[in-house]
Amino acid sequence: MHRRSLLASALAAPFVPKLAAAQTAAPSRRETLLLVQEYGPNSLDMQGIGSAQPVNGVSVNCYDRLLRFKPVPLPGGDGSTFKIDQLEGELAESWQVASDGMSATFRLREAKFHSGRAVSAKDVKWSLDRAVSIGGFATTQMAAGSLEKAEQFVAVDDRTFRIDFLRRDKMTLPNLAVTIPFVFDSELAQRNGGGDPWAKEWLKNNVAGSGAFRVESWKPGVETIYVRNDDWTSGTLPTLRRVITRDIPSPSTRRALIERGDADISYGLPPKDFKDLIEAGKVKVVGVPVPNALWTVALNAATGPFTDVRLRQAVAWAMPYEKIMQASLFGRGVPMWGATGEATTAWPQPYPYNTDIARARALVQQAAPGGVTTTLIFDAGAATIAEPMAVLIKEALAPIGITVELQKIPGANFRGELNKKTAPMAINRFGGWLDYPDYYFFWNYHGNNSIFNISSYQNPEMDKLIDAARFTADPAEYKRDVEAFVSMAMREVPAIPLAQPLHDVAMQKNIGGYQFLPSREPDFRSLTKG
Amino acid sequence: MRTVLLRLLGALPALAGVILVTFLLTRVLPGDTASYFAGPTASAESIAQIRAELGLDRPLPEQFFRYVTALAQGHLGMSLTTGQPVLADLTARLPASVELTLAALLLAMGIAIPLGILAAVKQGSWADHLCRIVVTAGVSLPVFFTGLLLVYVFYFILGWSPAPLGRLDAFASAPPTVTGLYLVDSLLAGDMETFRASLAQMALPVATLGLFALAPIARISRGSMLAVLSADFVRTARASGLSPRYVILTYAFRNAMLPVLTTLGMVFSFLLGANVLVEKVFAWPGVGSYAVEALIASDFAPVQGFVLTMAILYVLLNLAIDLLYGLVDPRARMDA
Repeated sequence: MHRRSLLASALAAPFVPKLAAAQTAAPSRRETLLLVQEYGPNSLDMQGIGSAQPVNGVSVNCYDRLLRFKPVPLPGGDGSTFKIDQLEGELAESWQVASDGMSATFRLREAKFHSGRAVSAKDVKWSLDRAVSIGGFATTQMAAGSLEKAEQFVAVDDRTFRIDFLRRDKMTLPNLAVTIPFVFDSELAQRNGGGDPWAKEWLKNNVAGSGAFRVESWKPGVETIYVRNDDWTSGTLPTLRRVITRDIPSPSTRRALIERGDADISYGLPPKDFKDLIEAGKVKVVGVPVPNALWTVALNAATGPFTDVRLRQAVAWAMPYEKIMQASLFGRGVPMWGATGEATTAWPQPYPYNTDIARARALVQQAAPGGVTTTLIFDAGAATIAEPMAVLIKEALAPIGITVELQKIPGANFRGELNKKTAPMAINRFGGWLDYPDYYFFWNYHGNNSIFNISSYQNPEMDKLIDAARFTADPAEYKRDVEAFVSMAMREVPAIPLAQPLHDVAMQKNIGGYQFLPSREPDFRSLTKG
Repeated sequence: MRTVLLRLLGALPALAGVILVTFLLTRVLPGDTASYFAGPTASAESIAQIRAELGLDRPLPEQFFRYVTALAQGHLGMSLTTGQPVLADLTARLPASVELTLAALLLAMGIAIPLGILAAVKQGSWADHLCRIVVTAGVSLPVFFTGLLLVYVFYFILGWSPAPLGRLDAFASAPPTVTGLYLVDSLLAGDMETFRASLAQMALPVATLGLFALAPIARISRGSMLAVLSADFVRTARASGLSPRYVILTYAFRNAMLPVLTTLGMVFSFLLGANVLVEKVFAWPGVGSYAVEALIASDFAPVQGFVLTMAILYVLLNLAIDLLYGLVDPRARMDA
């Protein structure tokens, strides 16, 4: 579209009266936000295969969904986060779940796409059909909320849309607010699809949405510029008129830019930099404990030395939790050790372990008196945090008779290595978008053995509890099941939680309205620059 | 003209070799492109689906055949990290690298050659010592360190330099593309403001890279000047009573230029690909960081495209240098 629209505007330029240009004054610097990040989007279509993390931001800002997460104020007053079951309408003016609990009907707002065409139920249907049939991450994420088949989506009339449920699933509605089921201008997309029914190639390079921002220019690997869609009616019109996001690969440069005041927001610095920035006090750092996310050391329960639960417990007792928190995370995390009471339904929650070398040594003596030699793998892409973690773990396990060899695996190989499921120990960070403990457990400890079940933990009893909690409608039963599987995980320790990460963002003091979302990408719609 | 054609033909087998070797190397590397791009909650099926879509499930000879066929039609494949055709990425990024490298090379030459000559002429003087210090510093200071140091001093502390945000400030717009070199394009457009802005953005990265390129050039200039200055014809020239200035610049310098030219060619092609760290520190959208990013993500097409482009550039550069030899020294002309 870039070339075409450029051409079109170049052709039209001589006919546009000069006056019109003068009336809509260019956005001032106060209405323009400069955000620096490590790397930007590699596509404009979050449903497409191979879309990287920053593409979530395009989905949030340039497209609308039926529902969105209601802002929940953060304790410090520095912005908002979300609660998984608190939703509000985005394209939906109102919605209602049927009395049998097996369908939901949405009444659409009078909204317009960037093309000027009105958003209709058939656009919503086309977009959700696309999400469940396109394959890859989009389809997996839709399935996580029991949205699996195109037949589930019904355009009743122009402004009424219905979803028929396959089963009662508390995650169905929240899953409509994440960055996958967003709504395309289906006519525009199909017209430009060039024979592809889902217009994959065209939508990768063009936005066809109704969202609060349009993409003015996109130079992959360099910068993306967003401009406000002044006709946006699905929420309060953003105060920012233009957002420039620049890709600055070096974290030191990103830090210098925010400290000097040249950038308004800096994303993705190492924890040490955030700690320093907080101490220096010149800029504001908003840290949100990432819901449903943990740094863990997974211990392989299917093969190798850690099939013995006593050795897994020994590692949990030997872990240098406090040192890791200080020297690897620089305090930018929530402690996950030293619990004293029983398991609760909160997740993540601290496990009942401490650094207690005597206990750890005793367990190793029982299980493997001769000691154990093993390997610990971690992702080179996360090495700023994972490498010091790994070194501290190696040091701490040596005195109890567990010799650890460290293996730093380059980013591209790490997933492959996890998929092999042979590594005895692995440092990993997992975050689930849908903030429910049963969701976390489903990915990490269920017998279906997803890639994130790094421990290859198989336990039919655990599966039964997870499945029961996932689909029960009875709060008492839910509480019982969740507490049961959490305490089972504490006892069996297929993975040792180290800390819940904080998602930190550094911004100038005049930046307000920060909104944290499950995808962790910035929401420009609520940001303000005072 | 015939020489040029022959040389270009002679480069073809080398290019074919480069194509084959990069193809094999990228496939032999450990790392699974499909599972990397499958995203956070990928199932085995979605990984397999991506693998099929990328054609990675086919046997190697077939993949190679497809690659070569596409190459013959001018397609370098798609980059997964940027989501764009590799050819488009490279054409967008190569000018940035070329502009940076050329400017750094000019700066380095401007300092290193006079310094080298001076050091050779006045051996053991302060100029010679200065040359030695500069050379040692240039070689021993890692590029990213110099880069960060310069950013720290000139941007962070003193605030003299503009924000290291890449080729232009976030609020400035690029000049209309003619050559892709912002300095040239802005001059062509008569846009002095953009010219100044992009010159200011370039100052620190050029200085960083220039310092690095300084060392080999100064070393070679000094060494080859020393050799020439002790040659018989220089002694004859001196004995004939020619002024020292005339002897050094006309007789000695011209003869000392050959090895310097060779080094310049090498330094240029080396800098073009190897300034990754400078590109990272200054967010410079060049080809080096592009290729490295792709390599980390096991994204084959950009790596292959990058190596191929570099190989072609290297061939052209060598040719240009050989032709320059002929101009500098008639004896080096290839007529045999």
